[in-house]
Order: sequence, then C-alpha cells, then structure tokens
Amino acid sequence: MRYNRLALYGLLILAAIMIMAPVFIMISTSLKSMDEIRNGSIFALPADPGFAAWGKAWFGDCSQALGDQCGGLSSSFLTSVKIVIPALILSVGLGAITGYALAAWKMKWANVMFAALLVGMFIPPQVTLYPLIIMIRELGIFGSIPGLILVHVIWGVAFTTMMFRNFFKTVPEDLLKAARIDGAGFWRLFWHVMLPLSLPILGVAMILQFTYIWNDFLLGLTFGGRSGQPMTVALNNLVGSQFGEKEYNVDMAATMLTALPTLAVYLLSGRLFVRGIAAGAVKG
Amino acid sequence: MADPAQGVLQRSVENDAIQKTGRRRWRPQWTARMALIPAMTITIVCFYGFIIWTFVISLTRSRLLPVYKFTGFDQYVRLFANERWWTSMQNLAIHGFLFIGGCMVFGYLLAILIDRRVKAEGMYRTIFMLPLSMSFIVTGVIWQWVMNPGLGLQEAVRALGWDSFEFNWIVRPDRAIYTLAIAGIWQQVGLCMALFLAGLRNIDPNIWKASRVDGIPVWRVYLHIITPMLRTVFFTVFILMSAIVMKAFDLVVALTGGGPGFSSDLPARFVVDHILNRQELGLGAAGAFVLLCTVIAVISPYIYFELKKERGGRGH
Repeated sequence: MRYNRLALYGLLILAAIMIMAPVFIMISTSLKSMDEIRNGSIFALPADPGFAAWGKAWFGDCSQALGDQCGGLSSSFLTSVKIVIPALILSVGLGAITGYALAAWKMKWANVMFAALLVGMFIPPQVTLYPLIIMIRELGIFGSIPGLILVHVIWGVAFTTMMFRNFFKTVPEDLLKAARIDGAGFWRLFWHVMLPLSLPILGVAMILQFTYIWNDFLLGLTFGGRSGQPMTVALNNLVGSQFGEKEYNVDMAATMLTALPTLAVYLLSGRLFVRGIAAGAVKG
Repeated sequence: MADPAQGVLQRSVENDAIQKTGRRRWRPQWTARMALIPAMTITIVCFYGFIIWTFVISLTRSRLLPVYKFTGFDQYVRLFANERWWTSMQNLAIHGFLFIGGCMVFGYLLAILIDRRVKAEGMYRTIFMLPLSMSFIVTGVIWQWVMNPGLGLQEAVRALGWDSFEFNWIVRPDRAIYTLAIAGIWQQVGLCMALFLAGLRNIDPNIWKASRVDGIPVWRVYLHIITPMLRTVFFTVFILMSAIVMKAFDLVVALTGGGPGFSSDLPARFVVDHILNRQELGLGAAGAFVLLCTVIAVISPYIYFELKKERGGRGH
C-alpha cells in the first residue's frame, strides 16, 4: 500500500515535470545570452541571467530598423489590447442578451435557433473565411482594428450565447413569472434579475473570451493587415523571419511576453477558468 | 394632427389600453424578438449563408477573385488529384489518431492519479492545465526550440554522454508530423484531464465501498467498472478533441510551417494557403467544403445527443 502511494506521487511529479519543462526552458532561455545558449544545454539554468533579450523582444532592434519600425512586440501588444477589450465586451454582452432572450422568453423558433448556433460553433473558420473577407472589405474595415473586433464578435457570439443560455435555463420559471407579474419588461428583467444572477457565468465567459481572442492567430493573420497585427501574428513573424543568425533568447522572450497576459489571467482566476474551460472546450 | 407629441400621447394611451385588456405581454415579447436580431443575422448570414457561398465558389473556376463561371465539380476533381491535399488528409488521420488517442489516454491516467485523493491536488491540476491558457502559436514556438536538432533536446542529451541519441524529427519529412502530436498533447492533455476528473468525481461512492468489500483490486475497478460508466464523458472528450484537430492551423504554422516541404501539412493549412496566398480560390473553397463535411460527419452524433438530452430534460 505504501509503495502504491509512493508510485502514485512519483508518477504525478514526473507528469508535472514533463508539463513544466518546456515552460522552464522558455523562461531560462530568454534570460541567457546567445553565447551561453550555443555552448550550454537547454536544461541548464542561466549562469548570468539578464533581461537584454526581453528588451530586444519588446522594443525591437532599432539599429536594423526599416523606417520607424524597430520590429519589437510593443506596438502589436497595444493592438491586441485594443482588439481584445471591445471584442470581449461586445461578444459577451451580445451573448448574454441573446442567451437570455432564448432562455427566458418563450418563442417559437428559440430551440431551432439555438441548435443552429450550436452547430455554428463547430464550423472550422476556414470554411467561411473568404466570404467574411469580402464582407469586411465591403464594410471598409479590412486590415483595421474595428474589422478584427467585428470578426471576433461574429466568431465569439455562438459560444457566449451557449454559456448564458444554458445558465439562464436553470433559473426557476417561478422567479421569471413573479417578475413579469410585477410588470418587469424585457430589459428590466434582464438588468435587475437575470444579470445579477449570472455574475459567476459572466466571469467565466469573460475569462475564456479573453483567452480565445488574445490567443487567436488565424483571424489576426487574415483580417489584421499591417496596421492591425495582433501579438500572436507578430510573434510568428518575429520567429519566422529573422535575418542573419537566429536569436533564440529573443524568440523565447517574445514568446513569454505573448503568453504572459493569458497566463496571468489563468493563474489569477484559477477555479473560474477550470469551470469554464469544460463548457468552452468546443471552441478550441 | 401632425403634431408628434400628439402621436406619442396617442401611443401611450394605446399601451395602457393593451395593458388593461390583458395583452400586456405582447410588448416585451416583441423586444425579445428584436434582441435576437443581431445573433440571428450572424448565424444565418455569417455561418450558413457563407457556407453556401463557399460551396458556390467551389463550383467555379475562381482564382484570385470570385468569378461565377460554373465548372461543375472540376475543382473537387483537381483537389482529389492534388498530391499535397492527400498528404494533408493522410497527416490529419495520423495526427488525429495520435493526438486524440494521446490526449485521452494520458488525460484519463492523470485524472485517475488525481482522483486517488492526493495531497496538493490543486497544484497538480493547475500545472496540468497551465499550457491550455497559452496560444497554439506560443506552444509551437516553444516546442520548435525544444526540438531544435542543433541546440535543443538532442544536443542536451548528447552532452550528457549518450552520443548516438537522435531526436531530429522536426527536420525529417517522415517524422515531422509526429512532432505536432507531441506539442498538441502537451497543450491539450489538461483539458481531457479536467473533463475526466469531473466524470470520476460524479461516480457514486458506494461503488468504491462495494468493490472494497469484495476485495477487487483498484486497477480492475477502474478498468471494468468505472471506465464503462464514463462512456459519455469519453464520447464528449473525443468530439471536442476531434473538433480541435480538424481546425488545427496555428500549431502547424508555428511548429513546422507544414514542412519540411509539405510533409507535415494539414487540410486547414492547405485551405488557408490556397485562399490567401496561392490565388486558388476555387480549389481552396473545395478543400474547405470537404473539411466541413468531415467535421459534420464526426460531430453530428454529438449534436443529436445534445438536442435529445435537451428534449428529455424538459420533460419533468
């Protein structure tokens, strides 16, 4: 029995080490100099840790600058922030209202529409990519931040609606009836009864949408153009197109910088993330 | 008569009349319908309308821009004669099998380990799910560095004295596809673990009591009693992982770039490449539509069960 427990912990610790090793390698590589990387093992701790590579990843290298572009991630970080905040609020807000309307107001086509939305969550984005490009171009917002925000709202609404609708379905019918008898209309019922009830699910939806939008690559690549490049796209370009010798420490620092916001949200939100990820997994 | 204030007054009087005659629920219902318009528009236009549009494009000879000269199923004939497409479909099968299988097996094992009432359970859970919060691009870039044949894992192990150690899969056309599964499993195994763990925690504790009384070894309880009970969880996890595999684009771009050559290409990347870079709109659309059919074939049982569950749930 004791050996069993020992083996159990042994396996768990082994698995934890295997999961953490790449993260450790990323951080330690970003703190090394290129000389140290060339001569040492990837598993070795940095002998003389420094943030030079982080600075270069963030600000770029202005000695090799083309025009006023130094190639750092700082500008695409700002772009990502400008995309993620409005897209987050709009997609979660629209999902909350739609989910509430579908769940609390009996309508003939509510279930058909919900099913249509549910299927929509599984459609690979590649399938509707080109028509979406044409639509965004016709609206005159292709290659800009508003364009990307709209695309993220379109792709996010199915998922946020599903979360809220499933939650609002669990609200007791009697509560809704009582509110209606008191004369609460659509919006009053939403603001004063349903939304306050849904605070936990609101948190879950916000956290997951933040993670999805921040981590998106395909939409940013397609719709961002030059001025709307989010951080993931900038990271991929940085890693893919370095002239001369590859600077792995800068690559890893840039990777770490891109991962930090979602990592921080994950570590701070803890249980909410875990709760939501199961429901949101379908979006992948 | 044309006084707007008059109109407003008139309408409010009408509203009062409606409310007094007991038809007061008409107005909020109407608002509810209005509130559905944005989401409904997105669903009808941007999901289903655009799918039809893509299908129509796939029937034309469109290259750089859509032209509506129909050529029947020529693009599909070209697609199925395209070697790169077959490579990517074959890769999808290999990657799908390894990734889904790996995630499920390791995810289930980790869930069982955690389910054995370990100390600091929260810490292990946090660690196993940590990669989930990162982008596939981040995962791809990290693993590209770890598997770098010159300075990465291969060199580190050789430096320890095992000179003949070889791990250069990422630059080998016959092995590059397996690196995708390694990085993919690393990222998604935590999700499978969380779903399985939730299932394990829902198991009736009496089953454990009964099996202890009968003296059945723990591993046999898991294998013969618990696992069959979790078949719906297995089904859900399988569907979720399949959906991820078929959309897989970011990871292959960041990890191998589809290379060496097209040896680790996947259909999702094939489609994007032909639509965005190669001016082969019709061919890309055909690929996209085939991809969609594959997705539908896999997820339709899931949607069916979801909706059936829904209908059953409303019965009581």
